[in-house]
Amino acid sequence: MKDIIQIQNISFNYSNQPRLFDGLSLDVHQGEWLALIGQNGSGKSTLARLIDGLNVLTKGQILVAGMPVNDANVLKIRNKIGMVFQNPEDQFVGATVEDDVAFGLENRQVDRQKMHDIVKQSLKSVNMWEFRDRIPANLSGGQKQRVAIAGIIALSPEIIILDEATSMLDPRGRQDILNLVRQIKEKNHLTVISITHDIDEAAGADRVVIINKGQKIDEDTPAQIFKHPKRLEQIGLDVPYTSQLIAALSKRSVHAAKEYLNSEELITWIKQLVSTT
Amino acid sequence: MNNFLFGRYLPGNSWIHQMSPQSKLTLSFYFVVVIFFANNLASYGALAALIIVVVLLSGVSITFFLKGIRPLIWLIIFTVSLQILFSAGGHVFWQWGPFSISDLSLINGGYIFIRFLLIIMISTVLTLTTTPLAIADGVQTVLKPLKKIHFPVDTLALMLSIALRFVPTLMDEMGTILNAQRSRGVDFGSGSLKHRVQAAVPLLVPLFTGAINHAENLSTAMEARGFSDSEHRSKYRVYRWQGKDTISWLAFLAVGGLVLWIRKH
Repeated sequence: MKDIIQIQNISFNYSNQPRLFDGLSLDVHQGEWLALIGQNGSGKSTLARLIDGLNVLTKGQILVAGMPVNDANVLKIRNKIGMVFQNPEDQFVGATVEDDVAFGLENRQVDRQKMHDIVKQSLKSVNMWEFRDRIPANLSGGQKQRVAIAGIIALSPEIIILDEATSMLDPRGRQDILNLVRQIKEKNHLTVISITHDIDEAAGADRVVIINKGQKIDEDTPAQIFKHPKRLEQIGLDVPYTSQLIAALSKRSVHAAKEYLNSEELITWIKQLVSTT
Repeated sequence: MNNFLFGRYLPGNSWIHQMSPQSKLTLSFYFVVVIFFANNLASYGALAALIIVVVLLSGVSITFFLKGIRPLIWLIIFTVSLQILFSAGGHVFWQWGPFSISDLSLINGGYIFIRFLLIIMISTVLTLTTTPLAIADGVQTVLKPLKKIHFPVDTLALMLSIALRFVPTLMDEMGTILNAQRSRGVDFGSGSLKHRVQAAVPLLVPLFTGAINHAENLSTAMEARGFSDSEHRSKYRVYRWQGKDTISWLAFLAVGGLVLWIRKH
């Protein structure tokens, strides 16, 4: 598979702070859903900002679609990447929903008539067209994130980075947003990098990368990563719900063959267990 | 706060609503200047007739306007009574120390009252029929000539629209902080002046740091969406000068000319 982002041996530190990354390397394959998990302060968000050229590397290099991230390429690279940030309030630039979606297009000096068409399509694809006249103060957190996603769809990027985009939403809003991104990803063959604390969000990814203190601890499919719930706990991460259930059962002397099963496997296992006893 | 009409927008689709914000802004400014040229009953009458037509065209009910003026009535009464009590000359009806009431001072007081009323009416019509966003855009269009002297008009307009967009957000946040500090025992709005000023500190400091955080996150998000500078951008919304704007300007110019002609020299 082609690598759309190559992170090669990078080092970075914020001024007056200890080194955050020291020789980190990571590849993102085209078309995959990659989940980056790790504790607060492990460098996940900084990594996203480095990819988008919002922070400048100390050493090493990052290639996005073959272009190194530097001053000459930064605008081209930002055209390829759409970022959704954590706080819905802080990324709403426009005075109304429509104006916010148009903001990115205005920056690219898109023709007005074309801009109106794109804004309409994008808002319809996130089901927010009826809300086009609303001001941000009259929208819920999930609705604001939908608008943020519409603003990104309008620019038709190749990569979407969700920087803890669902962490301030309720479980339902979170599920809505993730389903929406999944649909858009399938439809437009995008690459998604989701930075998250939410283990269930990571469980839906194609590949999971664990980052701790600027180091890549492991990268694998969710099933493989979650096989070691104790390691997740040690670096301060949550354990998937099914692993918690398996651990609770094993305390009561009901032992499963594996430490991680997805919910369907878990249900079949419990059904078998019940029918044999 | 709810019955305070000044600076609020009422959605609608009247003649005035459809006018472009740049013409509404310049017309309001022009009207205020003309008000100061009026100095007799006939000229004030002409302006009052004009404003009544404007209010009717705006589709907003007169009682709504009167309600809006109510919070400002004390300011008007105060100024008018000072004007009446302190102006000298004319036939004096009543005098006590430095205070006097004469026919001239009564007439002057009346004029000041009408002046206030007219200025409030025109600015209320402007804000009631124009969204804050449109006003920001109007300011940008009106100030465009200043670009020649390298005045950053686009940057100013962007700042204005972001400021307007964050007003409700920051109001909400202020409410939250207010209640959070109250729940921790801070007493707002009672006690001596010194005490009240001190009580404002635990409200203002988090509000400022919050605003700085907003600014930092917002600038990152703007950059990530390809914002590089405010000049090289296209515009999603455009308010074009229409026939309505020309007609309104002609009407206002005619009334302005009439006022200059019938004013007392």
